Amino acid sequence: MVTMDSVLSLISGHYNYWMGIVLMMLGLYVAISRGNLIKKVVGLNLFQTSVFMLYISMGKVTGGTAPILTGKPDTIYSNPLPHVLILTAIVVGISTTALALALIVRIREAYGTIEEDEIAAIERQFEFPKDRVA
Amino acid sequence: MSPLFIDILLFTLLAMTALAIVRLRNLFAVTMLASIFSLLAAGLFVNLDAVDVAFTEAAVGGGISTVLMLCALTLTKRDEKRTGHTAWLALLLCAVTGAGLVYGTLDMPAFGSPDAPIHTHVAPDYIARAKAETGVPNIVTAVLASYRGYDTLGETTVIFAAGIAVLLLLGFKRSDKREGGEE
Repeated sequence: MVTMDSVLSLISGHYNYWMGIVLMMLGLYVAISRGNLIKKVVGLNLFQTSVFMLYISMGKVTGGTAPILTGKPDTIYSNPLPHVLILTAIVVGISTTALALALIVRIREAYGTIEEDEIAAIERQFEFPKDRVA
Repeated sequence: MSPLFIDILLFTLLAMTALAIVRLRNLFAVTMLASIFSLLAAGLFVNLDAVDVAFTEAAVGGGISTVLMLCALTLTKRDEKRTGHTAWLALLLCAVTGAGLVYGTLDMPAFGSPDAPIHTHVAPDYIARAKAETGVPNIVTAVLASYRGYDTLGETTVIFAAGIAVLLLLGFKRSDKREGGEE
């Protein structure tokens, strides 16, 4: 039998994970539903940052402090390993963002637009789109 | 204010920012909101004891990423085209994926519980030995720069590769055009 208390403890124990997932799905929605390429990159960044939140939430220990040694013997530290993992992920994330934006700028130069459907139309219409649009 | 209250407040603000990003069509506003999102995320990371992650997120997500976005916007255009309809299929896909992920979290140990498997295997070892073995009091730094130094070297290689790729895509092309006197 499900009691009120068990439901409440489930919600308070998983709130961070669920909010992380909600934000992740908002980012995913932007990335797959919007035709504008820059908006897609923003959506991808949103998704990425939300994944970081999920990971960092797992590393938290109640009553803990940042994993920098204080010298006191009875200090509780939060888990440093997710932090290390996510630091690497942030840096790799900015690399992919930079590359994606550079590609978008080149696409704009070649096609004159950064809307996905317009690019597809140009692709369909011409065999050598670069020659015609320029 | 208790950490839990700050946690809920920050997540609410993050959700509002994300919703505004979904709805807005002006890309300049979207970029600014993405920067705010990163800054709020950094605040959340401080609240979750991840101070190193927080300042990296604030600098990289809130700073560099925003600058790159603004550069891209000046080279492209400011407004997103209006499509007028909601992408129901995409919405359905996101709802199903989200529901699957939430179902996956039901088995996970509760937030902050000290006896979760993640806290009981190698993590206490790192905390106990980092100072003696590396001499660095910040355990995140000790792992990043010492235990997993090669991994960080690989990460630097990724940034280098991305930088070279961006230069190849933008830099050389531009100077060729200028020499040719076109555009």
